[in-house]
Amino acid sequence: MKKIENKSDFFSKLIKNIGIFISKYPVPIMFIIFLIFTVPASHFTVKYLINELLTRLARNSFLVLSLLLPIMAGMGINFAMVLGAMAGQIALILITDWSIVGISGFFLAILVSLPIAVLLGFLCGYILNRAKGREMVTSMILGFFMNGFYQFIVLYLMGPVIPIKNKLLLLSRGFGIRNAINLQAIRQCMDDFIPITILKTQYDPGIKIPLMTFILIAVFCLFIVWFKKTKLGQDMRAVGQDRLIAESSGIASDRTRLLSIVISTILAAIGQIIFLQNVGTLSTYNSHDMTGQFAAASLLVGGATVSSANIGNVFLGVTLFHLMFIVSPMAGKNLLGNAQVGEYFRVFVSYGIIAIALVLYSWKRHKEKERERMALRQNVIESKIK
Amino acid sequence: MKENSINIKEKKNFSQFIKNFIDAAGWPRIIIGIFLILLFAMTPIAKLKLSTSLSDTLVRVGMNAIMVLALVPMVQSGCGLNFGLPLGFIAGILGALLSIEFNLTGLKGLFSAILMAIPVAILFGYGYGQLLNRVKGDEMMIATYVGFSSVSLFCILWLLLPFRSPVMVWGYAGKGLRTTISTQKFWQNSLSDILSFRIGETFYFPTGMFLFFALLCFLIWAFFHTKIGTAMTAVGSNPDFARASGVNVDRMRTLSVIISTVLGAIGIIIYQQSYGFIQIYNGPLYMGFPAVAAILLGGASVHKANIGNVIIGTFLFQGILTMAPSVINSLLQTDMSEIFRIIISMGMILYALTRKTKGNR
Repeated sequence: MKKIENKSDFFSKLIKNIGIFISKYPVPIMFIIFLIFTVPASHFTVKYLINELLTRLARNSFLVLSLLLPIMAGMGINFAMVLGAMAGQIALILITDWSIVGISGFFLAILVSLPIAVLLGFLCGYILNRAKGREMVTSMILGFFMNGFYQFIVLYLMGPVIPIKNKLLLLSRGFGIRNAINLQAIRQCMDDFIPITILKTQYDPGIKIPLMTFILIAVFCLFIVWFKKTKLGQDMRAVGQDRLIAESSGIASDRTRLLSIVISTILAAIGQIIFLQNVGTLSTYNSHDMTGQFAAASLLVGGATVSSANIGNVFLGVTLFHLMFIVSPMAGKNLLGNAQVGEYFRVFVSYGIIAIALVLYSWKRHKEKERERMALRQNVIESKIK
Repeated sequence: MKENSINIKEKKNFSQFIKNFIDAAGWPRIIIGIFLILLFAMTPIAKLKLSTSLSDTLVRVGMNAIMVLALVPMVQSGCGLNFGLPLGFIAGILGALLSIEFNLTGLKGLFSAILMAIPVAILFGYGYGQLLNRVKGDEMMIATYVGFSSVSLFCILWLLLPFRSPVMVWGYAGKGLRTTISTQKFWQNSLSDILSFRIGETFYFPTGMFLFFALLCFLIWAFFHTKIGTAMTAVGSNPDFARASGVNVDRMRTLSVIISTVLGAIGIIIYQQSYGFIQIYNGPLYMGFPAVAAILLGGASVHKANIGNVIIGTFLFQGILTMAPSVINSLLQTDMSEIFRIIISMGMILYALTRKTKGNR
């Protein structure tokens, strides 16, 4: 008798735990259920999927990691990371013009992008400090706004003002950069620095592992872990939890927030350079368009929220999101007879997932607030009765 | 001596007047206004005809005004700037496509498009309003993503919905809508041409479109002077106070979202009848932002907007957007309109979001 009771107890506990688990990670669970249906429908082999996933993990993780610090500082998702991406792209255009090849070109690009990213980061941090409470929407608009300036610089100033020697980069009218730039010089120089291919046979190219990029990402993860323990990192967390309390305990909250944005912008610039060295072509006017959206969606799919995110969320998120990215065109073709549907579908999912994650987060916070208020009211009523 | 003191007094009065005027109008409006006047003055230097420029500006004001008007109800009820306007646009596009599918032409076609769009917009608006009631305080961010995700969801539906009219679907496949659909053979300018007149060869005034806009403005103005309208404004200025005086806050907010979405739907149809094309797929994705920029340029803030803001804002914004590129083009021989549009509209929104307000410390 006791045993049965124990058993039912166990099950009710299990169900309760599952409930808590679902309410804690609603977005990843929805995503996994969705993938269970679409991955088989795409008819891809496991080997192909692993190969693609490794490439995309190497390509995108760094960009997603750059979102972590502003979340820690309580500023939500930094959609203005596209500013960093633009800095990276300007640097890439310049090193392509200077025709500096290989690893040295890669690092020079990072070096050139740094001052631009720092400048843009300071600007962004200053603006976001003036828009407290609506940082996310402001950062998104700021991204669109700076896109206008980026186009102006690349389309009009490159050539007459910023010297470009290589005529192949310029539009036929003599100034402005072409739509697509071949990054032959640094194409996959990081990924192939330590070439490793496993399961290679005569007929099968095997699985390529971009080891050096992963090492770079790992180093950066260590940096984040270390950074959290420094004074600045602790300050950031304090500011993120409650700005007013942090300020009254002597932390310069504006400065801390500004620094988190500057670091995020720099990392986004490096991230975009890593991304483009893997892709191998820079589409001058579109490459950065969706960077912020896809990075944000990846992070949220990994179970992060607007106020809390960790390294685990990043890798889980990139894996799940890009698995969807790889399979959806083929799945769309096989299920609905139209590959275009799959293309639109993945854009829809990336927007939709951000919308759902934002709604769920805001909803939850409201409920908590309501509960707190009710609890307060309860106390008042009780004290009155007494 | 006496004269002198009067002079000083007058000067003081004048400087006071200027100061008051600047305070009332706000710097961005004054700068843009002066810039616009300069552009109009530069038309002879740029070898453009002033009458053509004015006419172009007016047509574009008429095209866009209702979409800007659509923002007023939600700002008034405290839901902030409606970045989710594309949801209303989609309802409008659906109505327009249905009217073309049924082969309706002229005013009949236009108004049946509007009539078919309205129920869809009410449905969308209701759901959207319910959603926004659950996320108070984060409306703007979520609205943006509601807009984005609805546009991209409908990208899929445009491919799959069973439209059959050969004007609209891809020729070789026989299914899936084209990216732009011409309204020329159906109801292009059917509203604009009512009572419209020409002065000289180049000046054209779309009277019908402006009359329709004036009618809608009047309706919105009248609505905000009814009991429900006043309650809605009260909800926007102080929700706690409104609740204490017996107003159902959530219902007022939902109603404002519905009105906004319906006006968005009507607005895009009027836009299409003047523009001559229905743009689908990613067309409406960023179309909400210029409308938001226009109303902000007209002097609205995140918390307050009225019909005056709509009219002034649309005129200034569309004036700049029409004039600046054409003047720059003819002076420098390059096309910078796209960049110009992005920088002005996004800059204006950025300015409004970062303005120091009471609730934002």
